[in-house]
Amino acid sequence: MAQSFRLPEGGVIDRSKSLRFSFDGRSYEGHPGDTLASALLANGVHLVGRSFKYHRPRGIFSAGAEEPNALVQLGEDPRTDPNQRATQVELFDGLTAMPQHCWPSLEFDLNETASLASRFLPSGFYYKTFMWPNWKLFEGPIRHAAGLGRAPRLPDPDRYDKTYAHCDLLVVGGGPAGLAAALAAGRRGARVLLVEQDSTLGGHLLSSPDSEIDGQPAAEWVEAARAELESLPEVRVLTRSTCFAYYDHNFLGVLEKVTDHYAPYSRPQHLPRQRMWKVRAAQVVLASGAIERPPVFRDNDRPGIMLASAASAYLRRWGVKPGGRALVLTNNDSGYRAALDLKNAGVDLAAVIDLRLAAEGPLSAQARDEGIPIRSGHAVTGTQGHLRLRKAFVAPMDGEGRRVFGGGEPIECDLLAVSGGWNPTVHLFCQSKGSLEWDEQLACFRPARSMQRNQAVVGGANGTFALGEALREAHAAGLQAAEAAGFAGSGSERQAPRAGGEGDFLPLREIYLVPSIQPVGQGGKHFVDQQHDVAASDLLLALREGYRSIEHVKRYTTTGMATDQGKTSNVNAIGIVAEHLGKPVPEVGVTTFRPPYTAVTFGAFAGRDVDGLLDPERTTPMHGWHQAQGAAFEDVGQWKRAWYYPRPGEDMHTAVAREVKATRDSLGILDATTLGKIEVRGPDAARFLDLVYTNMFSTLKVGRCRYGLMLKEDGMVFDDGVTSRLAEDRFLMTTTTGGAANVLDWLEEWLQTEWPEMKVYLTSVTEQWATMTISGPKAKALLGEVSDLKLDSETFPHMSFAEGRVAGVKARVFRISFTGEMSFEINVPARYGLAVWETLIRAGAKYAITPYGTEAMHVLRAEKGFIIVGQETDGSVTPLDLGMNWIVSKKKPDFLGRRSLFRPDMQKPDRKQLVGIETEDGREVLPEGAQLVESNGAARPPVPMVGHVTSSYWSPNCGKAIALALVKGGQARMGQRLYAPLADRTVACTITEPVFFDKAGERLHG
Amino acid sequence: MRLKRWFKAALHRRVAADTIQPETGIGRCGTTGWSEGAATGMNKRYSIFSLARNAFSRHENWQEAWRSPTPKPRYDAVIIGGGGHGLATAYYLAKQHGMTNIAVLERGWLGGGNTGRNTTIVRSNYLWDESAALYEQAMKLWEGLSRELNYNVMFSQRGVLNLAHNLHDLREIQRRVNANRLNGIDGEVLDAQQVKDFCPAIDLRAGGRYPVLGASLQRRGGTARHDAVAWGYARAADALGVDIIQECPVQGIRVADGKVQGVETARGYIETNKLGIVVAGHSSLLAEMAGFRLPVQSVPLQALVSEPVKPAINCVVMSGAVHAYISQSDKGELVIGAGVDKYVGYGQRGSQPVTEETVAAICEMFPIFRRMRMMRQWGGIVDVCPDASPIISKTPVEGIYINCGWGTGGFKATPGSGWAFAHTVARNEPHPLNAPFTLDRYRTGYLIDEHGAAAVAH
Ligand SMILES: Cc1cc2nc3c(=O)[nH]c(=O)nc-3n(C[C@H](O)[C@H](O)[C@H](O)COP(=O)(O)OP(=O)(O)OC[C@H]3O[C@@H](n4cnc5c(N)ncnc54)[C@H](O)[C@@H]3O)c2cc1C
Repeated sequence: MAQSFRLPEGGVIDRSKSLRFSFDGRSYEGHPGDTLASALLANGVHLVGRSFKYHRPRGIFSAGAEEPNALVQLGEDPRTDPNQRATQVELFDGLTAMPQHCWPSLEFDLNETASLASRFLPSGFYYKTFMWPNWKLFEGPIRHAAGLGRAPRLPDPDRYDKTYAHCDLLVVGGGPAGLAAALAAGRRGARVLLVEQDSTLGGHLLSSPDSEIDGQPAAEWVEAARAELESLPEVRVLTRSTCFAYYDHNFLGVLEKVTDHYAPYSRPQHLPRQRMWKVRAAQVVLASGAIERPPVFRDNDRPGIMLASAASAYLRRWGVKPGGRALVLTNNDSGYRAALDLKNAGVDLAAVIDLRLAAEGPLSAQARDEGIPIRSGHAVTGTQGHLRLRKAFVAPMDGEGRRVFGGGEPIECDLLAVSGGWNPTVHLFCQSKGSLEWDEQLACFRPARSMQRNQAVVGGANGTFALGEALREAHAAGLQAAEAAGFAGSGSERQAPRAGGEGDFLPLREIYLVPSIQPVGQGGKHFVDQQHDVAASDLLLALREGYRSIEHVKRYTTTGMATDQGKTSNVNAIGIVAEHLGKPVPEVGVTTFRPPYTAVTFGAFAGRDVDGLLDPERTTPMHGWHQAQGAAFEDVGQWKRAWYYPRPGEDMHTAVAREVKATRDSLGILDATTLGKIEVRGPDAARFLDLVYTNMFSTLKVGRCRYGLMLKEDGMVFDDGVTSRLAEDRFLMTTTTGGAANVLDWLEEWLQTEWPEMKVYLTSVTEQWATMTISGPKAKALLGEVSDLKLDSETFPHMSFAEGRVAGVKARVFRISFTGEMSFEINVPARYGLAVWETLIRAGAKYAITPYGTEAMHVLRAEKGFIIVGQETDGSVTPLDLGMNWIVSKKKPDFLGRRSLFRPDMQKPDRKQLVGIETEDGREVLPEGAQLVESNGAARPPVPMVGHVTSSYWSPNCGKAIALALVKGGQARMGQRLYAPLADRTVACTITEPVFFDKAGERLHG
Repeated sequence: MRLKRWFKAALHRRVAADTIQPETGIGRCGTTGWSEGAATGMNKRYSIFSLARNAFSRHENWQEAWRSPTPKPRYDAVIIGGGGHGLATAYYLAKQHGMTNIAVLERGWLGGGNTGRNTTIVRSNYLWDESAALYEQAMKLWEGLSRELNYNVMFSQRGVLNLAHNLHDLREIQRRVNANRLNGIDGEVLDAQQVKDFCPAIDLRAGGRYPVLGASLQRRGGTARHDAVAWGYARAADALGVDIIQECPVQGIRVADGKVQGVETARGYIETNKLGIVVAGHSSLLAEMAGFRLPVQSVPLQALVSEPVKPAINCVVMSGAVHAYISQSDKGELVIGAGVDKYVGYGQRGSQPVTEETVAAICEMFPIFRRMRMMRQWGGIVDVCPDASPIISKTPVEGIYINCGWGTGGFKATPGSGWAFAHTVARNEPHPLNAPFTLDRYRTGYLIDEHGAAAVAH
């Protein structure tokens, strides 16, 4: 029968509408307001998953984020999500879910044989075996047995967003305490952000809708609070939003699930799937509540065993009977809440088993009054039922709670609701480095000392379990936060909401390990971490083997390391370890709380920074033109640079050869916009440049340009480029394309941290200018035709610049050369770049102007032996190694890296030095990255390497292959023979000077 | 040559030890390290048989993996730092150099530093000869480590890919693989299709911001189980008589006449003439106690794991260009790492912006993982040298030796580092393998700069 466990009334579900969904291939119905878990329970489905290690059948254990067992695979590729907690998945029409981690089926899982062999698989068994012959043999099958759900196999089609929020107060948690705090601060006018992971506000009031606040039923109070918060203009409430991380200085991460709860066909297209909020809050109030702790007894993991608070929640919030015949096990008074709820809903309640010697407290008194059978001083000693709980065994305990008497009386039941006390949800507080104390009376860790200023913890999260007290505390914290954020009170403010003492679970009896008829570890298992199948016997084994630190226990047994991150298991593990070591619980201590509180989708971290937007793609104003010409592009840093321009029928090699040749023969044009450009201004600019470059810049005359090398402190070449003096106090520095940002960072760091007294200002102007280089014998002729500049070598010599008009546009033209030809670098404001470029192309047609890409540029400069930083250098090369002694000033008292150049090992003659390399056969082009060795023979490794090829090309102008290399002591080895051993052959080659073309450098001058 | 002989002998011993006599279930294990210690019985040896035997006694009879001794007033050598490197040092001091009256002092719990926080990538395909030799020595030790220690460190040689996304990367990969081969280290250059064949999860879509152009592959590279490395070395060292003392922070170092006298600890003064400092992110603090300075910066480095899933990626993938790397643990979690935080510090956390960048990079390389979820994120404090290479060296104080500067990538070196450092401590001189890695090199300029070469250094 459909929804046979649904109660006829009650709960916050909409019975007027039905939602169809499927689980494990079977169709069911539920209602709006359901979670997948509540809908399954309404249909009588308890068995939903299998445990990690032993593949034990598992059911729905909780009603929230702490769920260890009910994990499902949601949806289908490409929108499939593994390991979703059924307790947190909102039901929507058409939802499909599958069990995971079982084969061939959920009911019959062959891997459950692991359970039979569990005796041979105690914690850490894999450290003790699988060593022979090697791990590889065993790893494959083990990996397949492990894992839970399945990763999607297709790319995720969904979109994610990221956004920032700044607020006076962030309230985490929309239960009674969170609402009270948000109201108190919100009424004062503070900008409040309240986040709640659930789909609706109310927290645990949702499962006790009739407790009273300010004389109203809780449900009404929550509704009123919601409405009031909504009416406050500075208050924002985010539901379905989990605060997952808490960093220093009140910086917090929140994940909002925006459209996950819609049926796929009705998902609003304009909204992202999820949104990450990065919140900077002046004040934070943590009202994250508490999580019930299960008692650890033998075979406590069967489907049908669930937290008492979850049983209440299913009954009251979702109107679902979680079983037909129930038993309750508790060590505190709050377990009786579930008993009362079950009884009221007409569930057959066998008894409450109370671990306490006497049942005392308001709820147990009420239960007794209502005639619920209570067995105090008793324990559940074991359970039966494979795919669903059938029976529990109950026996009296001794006074210490260490032993039971008798074999245990069987009690038929299909639901066992359990309570072992409550743990404040201190995760976020601890992430923010707050420290905990052990509360003896409440038997829980609670916040003690905060490490963040402007932070408060209230309500259940603070161990304040009584509703009235929690409301008072939260209200006060809200007011204080508002006050601290500058919102004073008016004097006529409302009082804290008032409520009775409900929620108090004292007294409580601390028993971490419920005794059974046999000693722990013998027959049956006392599960501590249900998902990972860590039993109490595993903890004891770890201790026995010397893994005593709680961190060792955790890592050795993997307790608390499952997807629930130990929300229901950690404190039990600590308690059991403490008991066994005879130490007080706080001395054992907690393991570190790490983000995230619950798992966060990768896509949400990435936001829009995916595909083309992962990194900005930078293009020049002439990019479209290059594309239209069919250019191939290369990535250089973030830039797309034209690599070469193949004509129909040309491959890369022929295209590059043509471009190189045309440039030397007549005229080439290069888009050089991407070179970094930094304006260096201020009265100390020249002095500053003297310190950052190896050579002198203070002597540079206005209007002139100079090539400079920059070193890191270690004396190694870091960047290079031409810097021009625009005015006495103003320079334009150029850097490599990929290095521009690093250079700017580097210069700023020195200015800001070491030389703050210098008056120098740096501005990146890379994107303000479009730069095109015309190069070749006809460069001067072309420029003369399109500009008003005087180009004779007197007025416009090599290494100088001039301002004028090019193609009618105001331009700065530099006469510098990276090809060895006469070259002009024409800079125009970026928005004119394309127009000027096109004019040059048109006017240059008569000189057969040829656009050339970065590859041809590399060849041209290599023919001249010019280096490229990052290719000839790798962070281990000095100017001396490059044969550039001339650029290292002997006069300057200091510059960055200078001292390092004088270290003894920097002067050694056998350092790797820049040389040219020609292959024996002349046509063979060495691969870049080839290593060079002394001998040809097939030597056994390690073969000493004397150098490596940094650049290597076919040079159409030289008619042979040329290469640059760094070779040990190379500058003194001209003409000597070396070998390049490649994967399939060895190439003989000769060391040469690194300049291959126009050695005298005459072509520069036209 | 000696090294080789030693290897052969060690191998021989291990094989012998693995020959179990079925009738007794006891291995002939007299020559392996772990069984020679005072406190050991035959029960201590791990094997499928001991596991079975203990199963029948309900695992009640397993012995402690290591003792928890009270510190003695004096030791022949003291190692500060109970991470993998410190424990390996102690093990090889006892095993190779016969020094058994020694102690490891650990501030907290064994392996709680970077050893227990790292992403466990092991490879030896370093560019420079000096590094290659050292990491390759480690690799060779890894290959027999589980049996050597009689503790399964789950060394999984599943292959490490270093992706190339641009021409510069391709050039660097060529150079490194060529150097590796000449140094006798396995390496291959793969083109894009071969990358896809080797690691089908990789995305080769045209139009991705950083298309994969190729990769280098070291097949012998892979991962290992970090905790097991610390525990395995601890257990084996303990068996040889080494005192492993946890919760024993060193608070001061006594030096007289330029010579070390002993250490002040939370558990009293301990005298020694040989002191090895192996404390990773806290190296400069310890050096300061001894009165010298180190060129080391301490910065947070973070890592994260996803929820576990069935096998989805079969090898280790690293990318310098997008700056992230990934593998999948045996448990099924995607293990992901990134670059260091942009500031120095001792908070073992790692900042959110770096998490975002890293995860975005993973989403770029593997769009199929965008719906996966981050389950846990953490950080460690790494000790970074200016040239990104370690220091394994004598120091200005006689009797004090330092092993640090492993930065973001020292897990893979653990066995080799301990092996070489033990030699240095025992002989008061470096082994040829670590001779280049002096503290002095920052003065003389003999740097071993792996920055340019490795890009992501893990
Ligand atoms: C997130 C992350 C990812 C990484 N990924 C990789 C990787 O994939 N591959 C790789 O090869 N490497 C990786 N590394 C680097 C690697 O973890 C380290 O280089 C290596 O583990 C260092 O080992 P160790 O034993 O020297 O240091 P640690 O393990 O840090 O040990 C040092 C020990 O010294 C102790 N100590 C400190 N001060 C004192 C004191 N005063 N007294 C006593 N004891 C003290 C500490 O408590 C600590 O246990 C990674 C590191 C991190 C943080």
